[in-house]
Amino acid sequence: MDWQPLILTFKLALITTVFLLVVAIPLAYWLAHSKSRIKPVVETLVSMPLVLPPTVLGFYLLVAFSPSNAFGNWLDEWLGLRLVFSFEGLVLASVIYSLPFMVQPIQSGLTNLSASLKEAAYVLGKSPTTTLFKVLLPNIKPSLLTGIVLAFAHTVGEFGVVLMIGGNMPGRTKVASIAIYDEVEALNYGAANFYSLVLFIITFIILLIVYLVNGGYLKIK
Amino acid sequence: MFDISINKKLNAASGEMHLAFSCQIEQGQLVTLYGKSGVGKTSILRILAGLMEPDEAYISAGHKIWVDTKKNINLKPQKRKIGFVFQDYALFPNMTIKENLTFALVKNQDKKIIGELIDIMELGELQHRKPTTLSGGQKQRVALARALVQRPVLLMLDEPLSALDHEMRGKLQQHILQAHREYGLTTLLVTHDISEIIKMSNQVIVLEEGKISQHGTPAQIFSHQKVGGKFQFSGEIVSLEKQGFIYLITIIIGKELVTIMADESDGATLQVGDKVTVASKAFNPIIKKM
Repeated sequence: MDWQPLILTFKLALITTVFLLVVAIPLAYWLAHSKSRIKPVVETLVSMPLVLPPTVLGFYLLVAFSPSNAFGNWLDEWLGLRLVFSFEGLVLASVIYSLPFMVQPIQSGLTNLSASLKEAAYVLGKSPTTTLFKVLLPNIKPSLLTGIVLAFAHTVGEFGVVLMIGGNMPGRTKVASIAIYDEVEALNYGAANFYSLVLFIITFIILLIVYLVNGGYLKIK
Repeated sequence: MFDISINKKLNAASGEMHLAFSCQIEQGQLVTLYGKSGVGKTSILRILAGLMEPDEAYISAGHKIWVDTKKNINLKPQKRKIGFVFQDYALFPNMTIKENLTFALVKNQDKKIIGELIDIMELGELQHRKPTTLSGGQKQRVALARALVQRPVLLMLDEPLSALDHEMRGKLQQHILQAHREYGLTTLLVTHDISEIIKMSNQVIVLEEGKISQHGTPAQIFSHQKVGGKFQFSGEIVSLEKQGFIYLITIIIGKELVTIMADESDGATLQVGDKVTVASKAFNPIIKKM
């Protein structure tokens, strides 16, 4: 049995989740505390992947990154980065596609914290960064966990975006969801079933762990 | 000495309110802000702490200027060296009591003060517990201790005792007074409770609609100088009953209910909820051991 698509899937999900964490924490912090007028616009953009067909997102990314376009050409020439039909492109597309799944739990976690926690830390002379890492984030661990797991699981389940921008290149862009489609098309139901079952079981276990931890059935210190 | 002058438009529940507050506070004083809810007491504390921006203000602590809107100066809360006890205590739930206190230390500060504060506030047995497991009074002590770690130039307490029962209050008032004296603090306290003011403060500032209506010692403000009473209590009217030509007035003093007779002219000026002084002279009070 070919494990490569599964390994690629989890590699993609892992790298995407790490990137998302780095991007989402400052973004969620800003969304939770800003009173800026452009906040609703940013919130809308962040949430768009929730409702937009993945093919729409994939289509525009494909157009934007294509080396025959100005932007894609610039990326190719200046950074040596070809994002169409490559693993790097998949990571970037997945980060955009799974952004709301990471940002929203963290944002709501931060919003629900009492404002006085932040203020108390400021009054004690602590900088906003220290306050974020020592006070705010440690107190929204369940939200962080939810964000991490949802983003990871959502990336595992990605299909449309990957198909549009990544195509179906074994070892580089052929993730499990694509492999399933591919095998079904070739009438290899056994192989399709193998990939499906593995995804089914792993996502079940991941989500179960979240509900167990956040429901207080398992203790994490 | 603190020189304070604040102007700010506030959106209160009753509509827009103009906060205009100015006073001077001497070093080492314990000053109370007193007034109904929604008159701007908390806003004053928040502006002093740098947590709220005033429209126009000048605030200086000694030679240091905290806020001068004319010169565009507005020090961040981090730079003011203040202690602030929040109404909800704002203890960090992810840290133990001791960690809450050590978090407050400034870089390179001597850790000795932590042990000292744990002793003063009687937190020894609680120090390794998390804040969520503590009672209101215990949280209050931790919040007070944490606010003192940096030896603030100004300690502010926003209705710190309002959620506590009577007995606990008395104890904590002692803790606050003790800390105030021991560390030579200048303290600003917001409270609704007249007995607390009389017991604790050197000065009272009474606020009405965002403005100072009275400023003086507790005795000047609450005894009204009408009676040279030998002993007097303050309380709140809980019921008012007219019986013929007299009024029967029930007043809660501390935790005791007292019913007092008043003549028609006095009774007519009073209503339920009024804060009153009950005084007596020319009596020989009877004292009995309980």
